[in-house]
Amino acid sequence: MPIFHEKRQLVTPGDLLAENDYINGENTYKENGKIYATRVGLFDHDDKRIFVVALKSFYIPMVGDTVIGKVLEVTLGGWIVNIRAPYVAMLRASDALERPVRPQRDDLPALFDVGDMMIAKIVACDRTRDPLLTVLERGLGKVIRGQTIEITPTKIPRVIGKKGSMVTTIKNETGCQIIIGQNGRIVISGKTPEDERLAIMAIRVIEQEAHTTGLTDRVTEMLRKEKGEKSNKEVTESVPKET
Amino acid sequence: MSQKKPEKLIDENDIRYDGRKLNELRPVKIEVGILSNADGSAYIEQGKNRILAGVYGPREIHPRHQALPDRAALRCRYHMAPFSVQERKSPAPSRRELEISKVMREALEPSVFTEYYPRTAIDLFVEVLQADGGTRCAGITVASLALADAGIPMRDLVSACAAGKVEGRLVLDMNDAEDKYSDGADMPIAYMPNLNAVTLLQMDGMLTAEEFEQALNIGVEGCKQISQIQKEALRAKYVTVKEAAPEKEEEADKEAKE
Amino acid sequence: MASIMAAKVRAKRVAELIASGKRLDGREPNDYREIQIESGLIERAEGSARVRLGKTEVLVGVKIEIGAPFPDTPNEGVLTVNAELVPLASPTFEPGPPDENSIELARVVDRGIRESKVIATDDLVIEQGKKVFVVFVDVYVLNHDGNLIDASALAALAALLNTKMFNYEVKDGEIKIKSGYKPLPINNHPIAVTFAKINDKLVVDPWLEEEQVMEARLTMTIEKDGKVCAMQKGGYGVFTTQQVLEAGKIAQQKAVELRKLIVKE
Repeated sequence: MPIFHEKRQLVTPGDLLAENDYINGENTYKENGKIYATRVGLFDHDDKRIFVVALKSFYIPMVGDTVIGKVLEVTLGGWIVNIRAPYVAMLRASDALERPVRPQRDDLPALFDVGDMMIAKIVACDRTRDPLLTVLERGLGKVIRGQTIEITPTKIPRVIGKKGSMVTTIKNETGCQIIIGQNGRIVISGKTPEDERLAIMAIRVIEQEAHTTGLTDRVTEMLRKEKGEKSNKEVTESVPKET
Repeated sequence: MSQKKPEKLIDENDIRYDGRKLNELRPVKIEVGILSNADGSAYIEQGKNRILAGVYGPREIHPRHQALPDRAALRCRYHMAPFSVQERKSPAPSRRELEISKVMREALEPSVFTEYYPRTAIDLFVEVLQADGGTRCAGITVASLALADAGIPMRDLVSACAAGKVEGRLVLDMNDAEDKYSDGADMPIAYMPNLNAVTLLQMDGMLTAEEFEQALNIGVEGCKQISQIQKEALRAKYVTVKEAAPEKEEEADKEAKE
Repeated sequence: MASIMAAKVRAKRVAELIASGKRLDGREPNDYREIQIESGLIERAEGSARVRLGKTEVLVGVKIEIGAPFPDTPNEGVLTVNAELVPLASPTFEPGPPDENSIELARVVDRGIRESKVIATDDLVIEQGKKVFVVFVDVYVLNHDGNLIDASALAALAALLNTKMFNYEVKDGEIKIKSGYKPLPINNHPIAVTFAKINDKLVVDPWLEEEQVMEARLTMTIEKDGKVCAMQKGGYGVFTTQQVLEAGKIAQQKAVELRKLIVKE
């Protein structure tokens, strides 16, 4: 059962990773019993699977994901939303209104206008249709305050941390409300722009150093240093996404 | 700047007028990920060629009727800047550019997992900033890297190189003078080394059946050399990422994968 | 070529048969369809020919005009090849400027003629640097049932062989047309041979249904002494180097056979 690379070695598309008895995991493909990389990334494997931790990839919509979208267009039946994916998503007016739309009387732009950001969930998505969104659940809806930043979608799990530990740390240290979209967008809403700046800085650091360890502690250190001796008593409300 | 025809393109010792051996590539320099807006990009200097490639996608396709129900539509535009050649070239796409756009797309398509992204477009733009022969090959080489840089899943990188005949001898990687002034042959080839697959093959000129076979082999060897350079360029882009990751990396991964 | 999506079941049939060495229309992998060549049908053209390759039909007209040479080749006449995929030839051809398919077709046919030096372009000079003959080869596809390249190349060659140039003399800097004609001097007979790759097998002269399922296509143009003078790979698939060389050998044979249809020794 030959393997041709060491763990964490950089591989490029088409590199032969292993032969035969392994299952090909993410960012690999198998042909004639041989497993090759499909993306540039770091090689890794366990007893059964060969996979590559891709250095760059883009978000592919999956049912159940919470995403942060930006309204591109208001149509008669709803909204067309950019979710930073190869496909645009649709939010039906009937979903947002919780009843069938009345085109003559309902003012859709009042609900969501072009350029508005929203927190939504993907309820349907397959190869033949663009993803369908809902804003009906608790915690979903229009983003009315705060800032939105974008990071590489592959780093989202790191920003969340084990059982939400990382994002909770940032929330506690900065007092910001943080909503994380699986599509690599994050909404940060703090009491002051300075708080938001701190949270953003922390997230950027995580994005850069996602592959290192002891990150949670380092981020906590860094945030405390940055803001001096400010203590934080706010309890923030958010929609944490468990991985 | 004008170009004069060199006295002799290859001398008695089989050394070409620019000092190269028959089977020698021009010096190649590649940089990956240099444009901030494109999803992926790469730049190559090969001899005097300067070519830039950028990729957008997979993204929504416009016009809608170009969408393919079962895979991404790979669209490719090869274009030469007006100042890229000796005599100013009109910006309007020429027939040559249109043909090259087509064969380039067909050279790269076999390498991309287009079936993963139905109804989208992957748009490739190859701009020749300065031309000195063999631009379609250098363009394919750098376009393939731009696709990899964009994180688009691929079966293999595509490497391209031209073989040919100059003054009766079979050579690798002709520059513009060698192509223009010799009465031989020009055979651009694109190749996926890990799969032994030829994805682009064209020829003009005259080769006997034996010469054709030899030229094909020389060209494929050239492609393999280009492939090494491509991989180095990808590694160079990401080497900083790896350097920042010292010990206990498995733990960090496990933590993140929760 | 622009595809008409073949019904999946039919496409499967075609591919399966080929895997076992047979083709849906009964041909062997190395067989061409029936070929009919007729020359001289368009009087107004200096030369013309129509080729029917199976149901594919291509008409080529040659017009000769007097014009200026290109600045960098003052002592050479001009050859230019153009192709039109006229809308009536296929439901997939739309009116408009030449698209990538018609451009590719024209350029591949052009390469075959130009690289094998069918016409000695210095023969076309009337007055060095000022006046030369310009040979327009216009490929007109009338019905598309597959393998436009081979049909067009054959028709172009037949049309050139059929081409007559008017006699002339240069008097006081003026060109005067004299009576009578002479045939355009033709120095080579390149033949294009196109393969389709289906299910990892190579078949020669693909017809439309085979083109719709093929992964890739490879054209090789062979001149009269067996040298390769043009090649073009098309389609979204690949060939191994072995397949390329195998195609080369078959192309040599087929070129000899096809040439006999045009050039009576």
